[in-house]
Amino acid sequence: MSQRQVLQVFEQYQKARTQFVQMVAELATRPQNIETLQNAGVMSLLRTLLLDVVPTIQQTAALALGRLANYNDDLAEAVVKCDILPQLVYSLAEQNRFYKKAAAFVLRAVGKHSPQLAQAIVDCGALDTLVICLEDFDPGVKEAAAWALRYIARHNAELSQAVVDAGAVPLLVLCIQEPEIALKRIAASALSDIAKHSPELAQTVVDAGAVAHLAQMILNPDAKLKHQILSALSQVSKHSVDLAEMVVEAEIFPVVLTCLKDKDEYVKKNASTLIREIAKHTPELSQLVVNAGGVAAVIDCIGSCKGNTRLPGIMMLGYVAAHSENLAMAVIISKGVPQLSVCLSEEPEDHIKAAAAWALGQIGRHTPEHARAVAVTNALPVLLSLYMSTESSEDLQVKSKKAIKNILQKCTYLPALEPFLYDAPPNILKHVVGQFSKVLPHDSKARRLFVTSGGLKKVQEIKAEPGSLLQEYINSINNCYPEEIVRYYSPGYSDTLLQRVDSYQPLNN
Amino acid sequence: MATLARLQARSSTVGNQYYFRNSVVDPFRKKENDAAVKIQSWFRGCQVRAYIRHLNRIVTVIQKWWRSFLGRKQYQLTVQVAYYTMMMNLYNAMAVRIQRRWRGYRVRKYLFNYYYLKEYLKVVSETNDAIRKALEEFAEMKEREEKKANHEREEKKRDYQARKMHYLLSTKQIPGIYNSPFRKEPDPRELQLQKAKPLTHRRPKVKQKDSTSLTDWLACTSTRSFPRSEILPPINRKQCQGPFRDITEVLEQRYKPLEPTLRVAEPIDELKLAREELRREEWLRNVNDNMFLPFSSYHKNEKYIPSMHLSSKYAPISYKEQFRSENPKKWICDKDFQTVLPSFELFSKYGKLYSKAGQIV
Repeated sequence: MSQRQVLQVFEQYQKARTQFVQMVAELATRPQNIETLQNAGVMSLLRTLLLDVVPTIQQTAALALGRLANYNDDLAEAVVKCDILPQLVYSLAEQNRFYKKAAAFVLRAVGKHSPQLAQAIVDCGALDTLVICLEDFDPGVKEAAAWALRYIARHNAELSQAVVDAGAVPLLVLCIQEPEIALKRIAASALSDIAKHSPELAQTVVDAGAVAHLAQMILNPDAKLKHQILSALSQVSKHSVDLAEMVVEAEIFPVVLTCLKDKDEYVKKNASTLIREIAKHTPELSQLVVNAGGVAAVIDCIGSCKGNTRLPGIMMLGYVAAHSENLAMAVIISKGVPQLSVCLSEEPEDHIKAAAAWALGQIGRHTPEHARAVAVTNALPVLLSLYMSTESSEDLQVKSKKAIKNILQKCTYLPALEPFLYDAPPNILKHVVGQFSKVLPHDSKARRLFVTSGGLKKVQEIKAEPGSLLQEYINSINNCYPEEIVRYYSPGYSDTLLQRVDSYQPLNN
Repeated sequence: MATLARLQARSSTVGNQYYFRNSVVDPFRKKENDAAVKIQSWFRGCQVRAYIRHLNRIVTVIQKWWRSFLGRKQYQLTVQVAYYTMMMNLYNAMAVRIQRRWRGYRVRKYLFNYYYLKEYLKVVSETNDAIRKALEEFAEMKEREEKKANHEREEKKRDYQARKMHYLLSTKQIPGIYNSPFRKEPDPRELQLQKAKPLTHRRPKVKQKDSTSLTDWLACTSTRSFPRSEILPPINRKQCQGPFRDITEVLEQRYKPLEPTLRVAEPIDELKLAREELRREEWLRNVNDNMFLPFSSYHKNEKYIPSMHLSSKYAPISYKEQFRSENPKKWICDKDFQTVLPSFELFSKYGKLYSKAGQIV
């Protein structure tokens, strides 16, 4: 009888612990409770419960800790300061899969906030055990471990290097080949975060044979997996020509282009990013993209979406056009210029406008034909207004000015140049007048048109310092016309005529 | 000596004489000197001027010769330079001509072939069109698939709805709400209802053990994953006015779980199933072996003491032997009898007598 009573006390205690830890875990899911929990000293209580004899209590305590640490970096730091991590890492190796999952969750929640916290995890020796967890039988454990590794690796190159040194990359590549979509997703994003820091890290990812497996999965119907895979491929290919060629050799063209038609915005964005990262390296790679019809697909993609999703596509067009005049011509015949000028005038954000302006400048700077193609779409006045507007950012002003200059210096399409005579600032007017001075001596029809449209009059009104380049251009324009006409259109000519009338003495006597 | 004496005798006069003569000349002396200087200066001036004139004449001659020499030299040089530049201009013009031809030829042949470029651009635009078309088709296909899936989902939902609302079907006597007698044709829903099979009653959920539910809860990390009880009956309702039964009693009856007959409730191979379940759980749970044992199983360790009757040396006859002939030769088969309990008539009627469904009897 008495023995039973004694044992009942123990049973009650165990029940109470279970209940406490479950309630804390539940409460920790709501952000508004967290401060109260912290003030109540939950951290030290949970720490002791992590060492509990009952596995479920341990697991639940770890879960509660993870949720707390997930909330903000102060709590994550508190977890680190309480010396909980070594304990977790120690038991991560030995306990069952539920505990492993919960412990990996805590590590992930701590490591995601800052490089220092991630470094603290690495210092505890967690990487080796996490890598061992990647070999676990249970996909849930693998996923949790891959996720934790991803959050550690994403901060900087040193942490990524530490993850690579722990031997995570081959196991992550194996994880990609697992049937579970969630695991694939996390493993792909972990590889992406590892590869993004430096060429060497990207090279280790490539050496582990990740690219072929990633490339195979581009056609997967799951949108989230697709966008992680595309991001991983673009992070690999962004570093150097060799890596980009490796990615291209995995035969991602023209399969990638189907992703540009996807419903999901992120998939579109990452697909354009991938194409951009490949095209930016060399003219040959750009040519390859053009030959695969990538430019047309990207242009269609730009047309079908809004905002930031457009940005990589716009930049890709700029990179392709910058490489050579033939590639720029290919962009033009793919009807890229109207799309870009639509972006330029429609997009509300400055950085996208700046990218579009830059791309237009790259397209128009090669030959008069290119410049004409840009000028015909009426992009120049828009660029000018962006340059003149006080609301545009500094970067946008600089980019649009450069684009205007690049295009104007090649442009011989006079109807597009004419409006610039009236509302361009002197530093741009110089180039406009320069273009007129180059074209007019050789084109009689244009000379006539220039007079009738009032251009000559406007040129006479320009105030130029004697001896400057502008004055020289004006003189060479004036030399194309008879002196009477020039004088007739000079400002103040009528006054002088009237004065002559006044001073004239009639010869009647 | 005589001379000396004479001179000495005359010395006083000589002195006087010298003085006298000097004083006579003195007034003319300055004048003569001035005149001499004048004459000399004039003469010397003439002499020097003549000499300078002579020198100038000579210098002019020298300069004339020297300058002419320099001038000729300069001229020679200028002519040479002019000739050289003329020739260089000519050569350059010729070189430009040659280069122009060569460059044009080379660029056309190796670098920039206009026709080739045109061809290339044409091919590119064709590829672009093809790709655009292919992508369009691809997107269309995707959309179609999605539409189909959506359609199927809708269909399923509608079917389910029809099964759920099957009671609205019209009977021979009473038309249902979708089969208005004032209309010519029944509503399409009516036909749907006719086709649908009515929903069966929901089975009561098998209550799971605590341990499995906890692992389930851990496996999914959503907020609402704690084990919860089923929907609770509403509390706090006011007693209705009138001759009604107590509300708790009514609710108890309303939420009464299904009471199957004993025969239905207990499967015949329960023991086997339970063992299976236990083994499965063991395998599923593989937690560490030195688990904290619950105290409720404390008395397991107690030693079993058999009852006095069983421990007698006249052991009771085994159950099966009660029904079988003692002579094994008379047995039809040598397998043991299996114990199957017949159902009790009374128990199978239990519960049916109280409910309305009892009218089936």
